[in-house]
Amino acid sequence: MSAVQEVVTEAPAIDAVPRKAMTLGRGTSLAVLLLLLLFPLFVKNFIIFQLTTVLIYGIAVLALNILTGGSGQFSLGQSAFYALGAYTSAILIEHANMNYALTLPIAGVICFVFGFLFGLPALRLSGVYLALATFALATAMPQLLKLGFIEHWTGGVQGLVVTKPDAPFGLPMSQDMWLYYFTLAIAIGIYVASVNLLTSRSGRALMAIRDNEIAASAMGVDVALYKTLAFGVSAGITGVAGGLGAIAVQFVAPDSYTIQLAINLFLGMVVGGVGWLPGSIIGAAFIVFIPNVAESISKGLSGAVFGVLLFIVIFLVPHGARQVAFVAQSLIGKLRKN
Amino acid sequence: MELFTNQVLAGIATGAIYACMALAVVMIYQAIDHLNFAQGEMAMFSTFISWQLMQWGIPYWWAFLLTLAISFAGGIVIERLLFKPLAKAPILTNVAGFIALFAIINSVAGLIWDFTIKQYPTPFGSSPFLGSQLISTHQAGMIGVTVILLILLYMFFQFTRVGLAMRAAAAMPESARLVGINTSWMIALGWGMAAAIGSIAGILIAPVVFLEPNMMGGVLIYGFAAAVLGGLTSPLGAVVGGFLVGVFENLAGTYIPGVGNELKLPIALALIITVLVVKPAGLFGRPIIKRV
Amino acid sequence: MTAMLNIKDLRAYYGQVQALHGLEFALNEGSMTTLLGANGAGKTTTLRAICNMVRSTGTIEFEGAALNGRSTENIVRLGIAHVPQGRGTFTTMTVEENLQLGAISRGDRKAIPGDIERMYDHFPVLKERHTQQAGTLSGGEQQMLAVARALMLRPRLMLLDEPSFGLAPLIVRDLFKILGKINRDDKVTILVVEQNAQLALELADTAYVIETGRIVMSGAANDIANNEDVRKSYLGY
Repeated sequence: MSAVQEVVTEAPAIDAVPRKAMTLGRGTSLAVLLLLLLFPLFVKNFIIFQLTTVLIYGIAVLALNILTGGSGQFSLGQSAFYALGAYTSAILIEHANMNYALTLPIAGVICFVFGFLFGLPALRLSGVYLALATFALATAMPQLLKLGFIEHWTGGVQGLVVTKPDAPFGLPMSQDMWLYYFTLAIAIGIYVASVNLLTSRSGRALMAIRDNEIAASAMGVDVALYKTLAFGVSAGITGVAGGLGAIAVQFVAPDSYTIQLAINLFLGMVVGGVGWLPGSIIGAAFIVFIPNVAESISKGLSGAVFGVLLFIVIFLVPHGARQVAFVAQSLIGKLRKN
Repeated sequence: MELFTNQVLAGIATGAIYACMALAVVMIYQAIDHLNFAQGEMAMFSTFISWQLMQWGIPYWWAFLLTLAISFAGGIVIERLLFKPLAKAPILTNVAGFIALFAIINSVAGLIWDFTIKQYPTPFGSSPFLGSQLISTHQAGMIGVTVILLILLYMFFQFTRVGLAMRAAAAMPESARLVGINTSWMIALGWGMAAAIGSIAGILIAPVVFLEPNMMGGVLIYGFAAAVLGGLTSPLGAVVGGFLVGVFENLAGTYIPGVGNELKLPIALALIITVLVVKPAGLFGRPIIKRV
Repeated sequence: MTAMLNIKDLRAYYGQVQALHGLEFALNEGSMTTLLGANGAGKTTTLRAICNMVRSTGTIEFEGAALNGRSTENIVRLGIAHVPQGRGTFTTMTVEENLQLGAISRGDRKAIPGDIERMYDHFPVLKERHTQQAGTLSGGEQQMLAVARALMLRPRLMLLDEPSFGLAPLIVRDLFKILGKINRDDKVTILVVEQNAQLALELADTAYVIETGRIVMSGAANDIANNEDVRKSYLGY
């Protein structure tokens, strides 16, 4: 084989979101927060449950945004960490009688460690190769969860049932409503922490790596450390989401965490706008509600309708919800001038 | 030792499936520089079209040729309608497009032809090949067709003007435009060819895995893995990669304890990734230097 | 006589940044013109605008045909060959494949092998290396290959962007001698963008000087070369 090597001038695969545009303006943030706080007071329990699911997936999509939009590493394997977090919580609640809230940080830490460990060999891979590796992880997970020798803990193919917590201190709200506010508090905490992370020095280091790894390394950024940390942090946050998911759904089973989940989280990231943290919840809403919409339009062709709706979204806003936000922002700016 | 050789041979036989799929994957990669996740579904749909033509009484080889032509045209139409508008969009958005295409094709196929398994004929018969219990005549036929395809592709890229233009457009699109190559149409052509190759893969695979809308799911992943293993720019690598993946998969299933059918895929992928960590550009790929 | 290439009120943009501010100039058929100016003045942008590789407004006419709105590859097919900055060599292909690519849009395929031989006559070093991967050639050899590739188009107009870049002076002199020969014998109109003003002015018959996206000076190359004020203000020597 010829000794000539292919010289590639790399264009960044992920376009940068300018730092000040990383979050919503203060006014918008407050409005959204208010909406999120008041909404459940006016709707039925089932809708509250769906909103909780949106928040949970929003956390997972946010984690993926940090990894891909932040450090430029592509992952189709988030479902594995989600599953790990879910099972950690489930096992601790059901087998160790632990308080559900305490299981979440534990799930987060365990997933952080596994994510970090996975990130180490992943350093040698990028782009399509990393995609394949993470894909392998995602397809392996359901099978690993079905393995015979841990069945005593995991419940094997049938999985585990998880007890749903009541509102604490006898607060007068349903389980669903309590769980919603609990999840919301955690989601806000994670969101704020993530925004701070991405706008901090570490965040800038991450994004320098995303845009031009070689230059970043030449400037003294410890590329290996940051990339593996990014994997770890992303996995950890996804694990927390998984734990919350287990509690909300009251159930964990291997086939709930297939590659389909990983693909959905990826779609959520794209629809929300890669690297734009506020978009995570919009992406999550897309993956929770649009499949239902598709099915109501046509039961037999629900997959096709979903695909068509997805195409419509990416044709109209190839950069995701972030594009809509920018357009809205500039329109408001123009209106203000007049 | 005999078990080992048998498993290796059996692996090569199943590997022909992956090799064929991998060729289609490399084809599309040459054209658009990424992997099309809907490739397998397109191949499945083409296979259904050929089946339908035969149901309507058209003989096998006519159905084959007609399907090839329809697939070629279909690939071009899909690219022009759905992906040309996304040409300036970020890569990840295009990937979302592939996923959407996957969902659409899978769903439509399920609606038209439903999800029950169908038998699919083979022109090669299924008796043991040269008396061997491990390779059937069909599998030998698959290997033969794959090798022929590989040679044809090689000749296309090395010795024809269009092949040269396609290689140039994929390698350095701006320079290609500066010699008058319409890079946009090269992409469309690449899609058409990949769809046609995919249809051949589907037609060869269907007799073995039976025809149903979800038949290509596992095959596609192995096809990707094989293409990546071989080095994404090398058709020869794709074919060798396909055979290797078949062998890995079989050996893993035979020798690693506890590996049932479900874990074969992740194990095979893990093996491939190990190779990639050592040889990041694949076995036959050119090592890539990144210029700052 | 109408000019071969006519550019009026050309404005070019990189995103929001405007690089050319109403550029105007014309090239006569058979001329060897050089476009000079400092770094960032807009020389490369001008060539890119001619080939529609950058967003622009204004009129660009080539042999009476408007170039606006045409794709790069269609502009090339009209007979304009562009040797870009960095040469644009197909590094993973052989020298001979690069030459074949130069001619790939031509209809008269039978004449191509003959033209390849002529390129080998112009540039013997390419013949030596004709099965070698183009990426392994030296800088000077790659520049020769780039010029040869452009000539394979049988262009009416050839645009060259800083052909002397990174090359030793002796090699540049050789290259410029060949360009002169091509201009006279093969009757190819040439527009050379150069930072090395001295050499370019020796080669060309007409010169334009560009500064911050506008033409600030034009005239016969000799006049500009002999005008000390112009040389000091715009060309740095």
